[in-house]
Order: sequence, then structure tokens, then C-alpha cells
Amino acid sequence: MKVVLQNLTKQFPSRDKKSSDVVIAVSNFTFEIPDGKLIGLLGPSGCGKSTALNLISGLIAPTSGRIFFGDDDVTDLPPENRGVGLVFQSYALYPHLTVRQNIMFPLENLKGAERPSKAEMERRVLEAARLVQIDNLLDRKPGQMSGGQQQRVAIARAVVKMPKVLLLDEPLSNLDARLRLQTREEIRRIQRDTGITTVFVTHDQEEAMSISDMIVVMKKGVVQQIGKPQDVYDDPINLFVSKFLGTPPINVFGGVVKGGRLFIGDESVLDVPGASDGEVWASIRPEGFIPDASGPLTCKLRGVEVMGRDISVVCAHDKCEAPQIRAIISAENAIDEGSPTVRFSLKPRKVHLFDRATEARIRFDTGEKGAARHGR
Amino acid sequence: MAGNKRENNLKGWLYLLPALLFLGAFMVYPLIDVFIYSFEEGYNSASQTFMGVGLYNYSRVLHDPYFLQALKNTFILVIITVPLSTLIALLLSLGLNSITALKKFFQTVYFLPYVTNTLAVGLVFMILFKKTAYTDGLANLVLGWFGKGPVDFIDGPYWAKMFVLCFYTIWVVMPFKVLILTSALASVNPDYYNAAKVDGTSSFRIFRKITLPMISPMIFYLVITGFIGAFKAYSDAVALFGTNLNAAGMNTIVGYVYDKLYGDGGGYPSYASAAAIILFAVVFTITMINLSISKKNVHY
Repeated sequence: MKVVLQNLTKQFPSRDKKSSDVVIAVSNFTFEIPDGKLIGLLGPSGCGKSTALNLISGLIAPTSGRIFFGDDDVTDLPPENRGVGLVFQSYALYPHLTVRQNIMFPLENLKGAERPSKAEMERRVLEAARLVQIDNLLDRKPGQMSGGQQQRVAIARAVVKMPKVLLLDEPLSNLDARLRLQTREEIRRIQRDTGITTVFVTHDQEEAMSISDMIVVMKKGVVQQIGKPQDVYDDPINLFVSKFLGTPPINVFGGVVKGGRLFIGDESVLDVPGASDGEVWASIRPEGFIPDASGPLTCKLRGVEVMGRDISVVCAHDKCEAPQIRAIISAENAIDEGSPTVRFSLKPRKVHLFDRATEARIRFDTGEKGAARHGR
Repeated sequence: MAGNKRENNLKGWLYLLPALLFLGAFMVYPLIDVFIYSFEEGYNSASQTFMGVGLYNYSRVLHDPYFLQALKNTFILVIITVPLSTLIALLLSLGLNSITALKKFFQTVYFLPYVTNTLAVGLVFMILFKKTAYTDGLANLVLGWFGKGPVDFIDGPYWAKMFVLCFYTIWVVMPFKVLILTSALASVNPDYYNAAKVDGTSSFRIFRKITLPMISPMIFYLVITGFIGAFKAYSDAVALFGTNLNAAGMNTIVGYVYDKLYGDGGGYPSYASAAAIILFAVVFTITMINLSISKKNVHY
């Protein structure tokens, strides 16, 4: 079932009753979620991603705009008639019911002809439990299970009624780092197995990038960029998106473009044919640095962290927005830790320019169009 | 390590000492004393003498028609007011929880009896129910519209007096119960309701399967304290029917205990003690039954 959002806007009245200002949680949202795909709604906290999810679920009514499931307009339908499964951040498992009763709960709500027989219910509960691999825990109460197991029960409860759309609100935020890695693979597998169109909300870019077919990056209620994770990472549309994606984060320098060359400080660090003159932000991915004894970019060396396959070079530069620059280079490169400075040349594809005022992307000819992507 | 632990233990007891002293002097010691008196025949508190030891006091109390009347009154009061007040409080709390406009106002209204002066309340109930030379009271006015009455609620038939006592008791305990239940309802995580809504749960089923189990610990707390409180009823009856409750036929067990100590027929601490121990046994049994039921039905 594809999901289409058209000019979706949600305003909340201001907390302050005297002021007539409104808080715009979601502003003019328009995009299409293809059938059977896994979509990550991504943004910092307070960007409206949970509101967007609740609009799709029907728990919140939009101020304006339409929502379609397939060709059906569901904007005015209450949540129970939309056929969505929702997994809450807190899981919202009923603590007084066993796992079996929890998963069966949505089925028992069905009435009339839709209501399956008792045996059929049992079969579907078992099927859903098997899908998330908790079929041996059916008689436990949620309080007797770990966070990861509760998470699986929540997913089983959401998929047991075979929803058209599965919605997950920060599904991994209550899990520890290791379990998070495991569970996100699990979510991916379950989504593939069931083929249910799935939208999940997260503030963790790594999580979204790793399992989504498509990510939607949001900021203050406005969609910034939609696309495949790799495309958004490689080709961010503005400074916000470039900074939000990637670990370690991208390194942002204050720079100037003059005559097709990018200057950081007094050094001309890169040829940027096609970019017009002016002040810019130059964002350089950590993997965009090439250690080069005669390279144009000179940084003060702070330290070297060896991570096995890679080396993380920690250095500083006056023009960098952050106090530290992190460059990830292959461990085959030798860095003299005693040296006060380190010099780099740059990979053009890993350098993004943004207008200093509008923070919009300024494109330039990287000179390697059509060439195979490299450096990652 | 072991020495350290002992020192900690000592410190702990030291901190508890003030409370233990006061509880011991004013709670435990009198309780033991009451228990002893109840077996001492004809105990005289002035001369500290008694005639013998045995079950005579119990037999005397259990054969006293005033005590049996008080026992009956108390049981009727408990059986009617505890379930009814809990149920009404639950309905009121659900209503309060679901409205948004005027919520604060109604919360205040329902809490008013808690902070209202007993004398003022007595006056209100007099206007409602008391028959005087000038008026039959508000309740009789209403009854009159339906062609019934007038009934003398304060000095009239037993059922009318019992009705007023139950009405008054329910009204008095309502604020506390509403307060506890509204906060219990408000503390249920709204995610549960949202989850149920997305799954298409009917509102009756949400109430029965989610709300009720979630607030069941609080409901049982109210039932247990309600039972204990109603068994201890006395002052409410005095406020309505005056101090000579035996004459009005509206005495309660605690009233009987008081009468045997200080009332017109008083000066019998042995009988009072025996009656108090009987009351204790009844309350203890009921509370144990309550607890064993709640263990089976309260979910977490």
C-alpha cells in the first residue's frame, strides 16, 4: 500500500494562551511512500517527525492537507479504520496481560464477519510471535521481559492484524547500543518478510541510514531532503542535511570562492569550477581528507586515534566552525604524531559548498562525473 | 565488615527510637491493655481491681440488645456505603477525567466536603432532612412533588434514618475517593489509550480491559480503607441523631464502646474493651478477606 501525503500541515495552538501565535509542527509536507518500502523519518528532536507519524496514524488530525493510502483518501478516517499498526516509543504493552493476550488484543477488537474464530486468532498470534521470534515467551507478562523482547512483542502486536501501513515511533531508543544494532536488522528483516509499507521515526541518522530504503530529513517541521540514504549523504541539499548525516560529523569551514578556487584562510585548497565568487561554508566529510605532505590545507595536529582498519586524525584549524576536525584515513598512511601540523589535500566529491547566508548548496564541477564513486 | 554492619544496625534502631517510644506508649501499650481488660470481669479503673478472669465480658456484650443493634447498624452501613461510594466516586472521576471545560471548577466542587466544617454540614443536612414546626425539610418537599411523604428522616422510621446516615457517609467520604481515583486515572500512560485506539478498541472495552486493571490497585486501596473507616463510624451518627444513639436505635459499635466508657450507661471499661476487641476481630477478618481477593485480582 503506497502512502501519499499532500501539503500536510499541522499547527498547534501556542502554549501561551494570551498569544495568538501557533506552533507549526509539520509544514506543507508532500511526499509519496512507495508500496512495501521502509522509510526513515529523520531529524533532531522537536522537528515534527513524531507529529508526522501521528498524522499518518490518525491519532492527530491535520490542520490542512490530505493523506492517501493507495487511492483512498483516509484524512478524515479515525485511526481504527485506517488499518495501521503503530509501535510506540514506550511500547505501550498492557502490563496486566500476558504476551499472548497483548498480541491477541487487536484481533479481539474485530467485530462481526471480520472477527476470526478463536482457533484462527491463536494461529495468527503464534504466526506473529514466530515472526519476531518470541513464540517461547507467550505466557510471560511484559514486566518479566527485557527491553528487546518487549520491543518484539510490540511489533508482533502491530503486525498481527496485518496492517496496510506499519508505523514505528523511535523504536530503538530504549535499547542499549548492542541490542539496537541487532534489533534494527530484525526490523529490516520483518519488514522484508511481511512486505508492509513501513515508516519509522528516529533522531539517530546512523539507524535511519542503515535500514531505510528512503530517508526523509526534517528540520523544524519542514522536509529538507528525501532520497536514498547514500544519495542524501553524498549529495546533501543544504548545510543542515550535510551536518545532520554522518558519523563522525562533517567538518564545516568558513571559506571564500574566488575565481573558481576555494580558499580556506589564505590557502587555495581546491579548484571549484562553476561556483561563483563569494563567501561560503565548505563542508568536508571526514573521509574527504588525503594526507599529503605538500597538500594545501594545513591543520594543527592534536592527536591520532588508531581504530584498526582506519586512523582518525584529530586536528584543528582557525577557519573551522568546530574546535576539532576529525579526518578518517586508511591505516596504511603513516602520520608523524610528533609533528605540530598535518597537511591534507581534498577529495572534490567529499567537499560540499553552501551559501554563507542561505546555507543552500552551491554546486561545482567535481571533474569526476560518471566516474565510479570512491573514497568510502 | 561485620562490625560495620552491626554499627549500622544500631544506628538504624537509634533513628527509629523516638517513633518506637511514642508508638509503644500510645498505641501498643493501650492495645495490650484493652486486650487484658476484655478478659477481666468487673475491672474498675479507679481502684485497679477486678473480680475474675474469663469470657464473661464477651458473653455479656454479645447478649446486649444495644450491642446487637449497633452491630446490625454498622454492618448495614458498611455493606451499603463502601461499594456504593466507590462506584459513585469511580463514575465521577471518569466524568471529571473526560471533560476539559470547567474541570478545575468541578474538581473543587467535589473536594469541598473535605474542607467543610462539620457543624456547617450538620446544618445543611438539617435543612435537607429535619422536620421542624415550620417545615418538613427539603427532602420532603421533593417527595411531596411525587405525592409521597412526609417522612421524618431524623426521628422517624428506621429505614429513613438509615438512609440519611448512609447518604451522609457516602457524601462525606466522596472527596477523598474522587481525589485518589482522578489522580489514578490521570497517571495511566496515554500511550495505552492511543495504542488501543489505533487497534480499534471500543470505549467500553478500553475501560474494562485497560483503565480498570490499571487503576485496580487504587480501587482496592479505597475498598479496604473504606471498610475500615465505615466500621469505625460514630461521629457521623452523632452529628445527625444526637448523642443518645441507643434511644434513636442508630448506635454503631464504636458508639457502643464510647457509651460503655463515658455515656449515660457508662463506667464499664471491661464491656467496652470486649466490644472493641470484637470490632477489631471483625475488621481484621474483613481486611484479610479483602487482601486475599485483591491478590488474585489486582494485577501488578
